[in-house]
Amino acid sequence: MMPRAEIAHWLFAGGFLFFGLVLLAEAIVGPAVFRQRAWRACLWPSLALLAGLWLWVITIFSTFSTLHLVAHSLWAQAATAAGAVQLAVVRGRLHSSYWSLVTSGALVVTGAAFLVHEQNGWLFARSAFLHHLIGWTLVVSAVFPLGAAFRPRRAVWAWGFAATWVAVAVMLFADRDVAPIFGHLSDLAGGAP
Amino acid sequence: MQTDGRQTPTVVNELVTSRAHTADEPRAARKGLRVLAIEALGPLTVLGGIVWAFAQPYRVTFFYPDGKGFWDWAVQPPLLVVLVGLLFACLVAPGLVEDLDRPSPESGDDASG
Repeated sequence: MMPRAEIAHWLFAGGFLFFGLVLLAEAIVGPAVFRQRAWRACLWPSLALLAGLWLWVITIFSTFSTLHLVAHSLWAQAATAAGAVQLAVVRGRLHSSYWSLVTSGALVVTGAAFLVHEQNGWLFARSAFLHHLIGWTLVVSAVFPLGAAFRPRRAVWAWGFAATWVAVAVMLFADRDVAPIFGHLSDLAGGAP
Repeated sequence: MQTDGRQTPTVVNELVTSRAHTADEPRAARKGLRVLAIEALGPLTVLGGIVWAFAQPYRVTFFYPDGKGFWDWAVQPPLLVVLVGLLFACLVAPGLVEDLDRPSPESGDDASG
């Protein structure tokens, strides 16, 4: 009854797509309008916290390798920390824009964990390719909350952050447990009869 | 002077006139674009999911039901995209559009014109 890894990835892709749409909406209307309703202000921090919670569940069940266990728990911690800090910001408990550095750090840690725990090269299989791509995307996207910490008034950071999650959702939706990438599929990937 | 919601330019002398268009006009246009963008996000996502389902029908279990288990029925990626679009369009977009239409106190907007 345990879902395959690709099923879990698609579920997260659906969550990240919704997350991306919410962030896009905030970028379009601006934080002043977006945060007029308390539930909406708390939406993306709550979604990040929820993602952290679900990642802990995944951590518990993905015990097939120590590396995966460590990587999933790192993501869970990063998502929980970023969500909790952002929740405190929108509720007015924290005021400095520098708290955005926590989100930036979470993205770097998450991206690095993606890159480190993928032991195969880019063209080993589609899942390996996507691990590398998602890892680098997250590491590079850390620049958006970093920018928001130092130049909080520039809208480009919000747009970039939102686009990152839509892109990550698309990448996760493209994931398959065993599938070729650009015509390449290693014999060791488990697809060969 | 106020006629049908637009200010008529008043000539003070040949060099100084009032502005032919109020500063609120571009602001209203921007607001219209924002409303359109918010209202379009959900339907565009739904459309993306439908297009994907037709482009890769093998990713929808309803089209290829043989030998599929619980999780294949529960999680069908193109339908998940449609669901996300619907959730956004029904839960988030309406309130945002309502709040965009509401005059904000700091901008001095007045709905009565």
